[in-house]
Amino acid sequence: MHKAKRVEIIIEAVMEKRLTDALISVGVTGFTVLPVSGGSGRSGQWSREGQVSRASGMVAVICLIRPERLDKLLDAAFAVVERHIGVVNVSDTFVLRAERF
Amino acid sequence: MDSVLSLAAANLISPIVLSFVLGLFAALARSDLNFPEAIVKGISLYLLFAIGFKGGVGVTGHGIDLRLFAALLTGVALSFALPFVAYLLLRSMTSLPVVDAAAIAGHYGSISIVTFVAASTLLSGMGTPAEGYMVAVAAAMEAPAIVSALWLAARGSKNGGSIDGRLWREVLLNGSIVLLVGSFLIGWITGKDGLAQIESFVVSPFKGVLCLFLLDMGIVAGRGLKDNRGLLSPGVAAFGIVMPLVGAAFGLGAGLALGLSLGGSVLMMVLGASASYIAVPAAMRVALPQANPSISLTLSLGITFPFNITLGIPLYMTMAQALMR
Repeated sequence: MHKAKRVEIIIEAVMEKRLTDALISVGVTGFTVLPVSGGSGRSGQWSREGQVSRASGMVAVICLIRPERLDKLLDAAFAVVERHIGVVNVSDTFVLRAERF
Repeated sequence: MDSVLSLAAANLISPIVLSFVLGLFAALARSDLNFPEAIVKGISLYLLFAIGFKGGVGVTGHGIDLRLFAALLTGVALSFALPFVAYLLLRSMTSLPVVDAAAIAGHYGSISIVTFVAASTLLSGMGTPAEGYMVAVAAAMEAPAIVSALWLAARGSKNGGSIDGRLWREVLLNGSIVLLVGSFLIGWITGKDGLAQIESFVVSPFKGVLCLFLLDMGIVAGRGLKDNRGLLSPGVAAFGIVMPLVGAAFGLGAGLALGLSLGGSVLMMVLGASASYIAVPAAMRVALPQANPSISLTLSLGITFPFNITLGIPLYMTMAQALMR
């Protein structure tokens, strides 16, 4: 098994494309986007159920990368998410096929 | 006064409004009644297509005249102007920060297409025709308010937002506008022959589907009110009722100046009175992220939308009737 970093960014759905474009622009071409059902934070509670607009929805963007590429990814991600509602967290993980990251 | 009350009473016991009330009740009573996101999106696509298509067919019936273009321009001007009125009201009635006031003002310059659809349905049920091109006016009024809101935020705060080319494209080509304008053009091009081919899809089930959509809107509005009621001060909540009345007065002035029919004037009032919860919230999240979305969405969906659907539309109808008789 090989060491890697798992970066999970929960961000407003309207910012999803801007974030993934920023990641691609710094060479992070592998990521997964997941819908988020709902939650609560400083701006109050929200749920994706019944919503017509993406304005109040959130998505989770998950990247697994080599540890040495972490700073570049975070710089690109922060340029997009800094002013927006959301959560960014980084954790240590392991991957089985290192050549893919 | 009697006519307002009787019209309001008839409106209140219509299946559309009662569906909304049911949704509101379900949410406030903490029922687990829910619409999956995909179904709501499907319903909203259907409603936009149907209303756009029928509006286009309506234009073939009335023909195109200068008034169409004048109505479009007036709609755009109203959408630019109303945020300034809303902003002044908010700054005098509430203690909201500049950025929140500007973001909310943007919502009130834009429109709620569901309120427009509900008003159109009420008008057609009363046998009061409206100009078909009012659908195009509605589409034209979606975006200009965003520019006014961002200008107000930039003028009053160091943290004002900006609008770049990408945001422009997202706003002007957002799915609702593309579908509304596109189906309007399809209806216009294919006319009554086209309508005859898909009438059983866009006409007969329309009210039933609208009921389901209003049921969902009631749930969303109720949950927003329940979860975020602490964010709305009495001044902010009062603004949610006062601003639609002011916007409707502007709409009525525009309708009279343009020489629109009674139905067209009522729809112009509804466009002036309603507040966006689709196009503007998304644009504000991108361009003005420091504004609290819970305040603007709760106000627009939890206060103004129910007011317009229940009492506002009959009131606007009565005001227009009184002045245009």
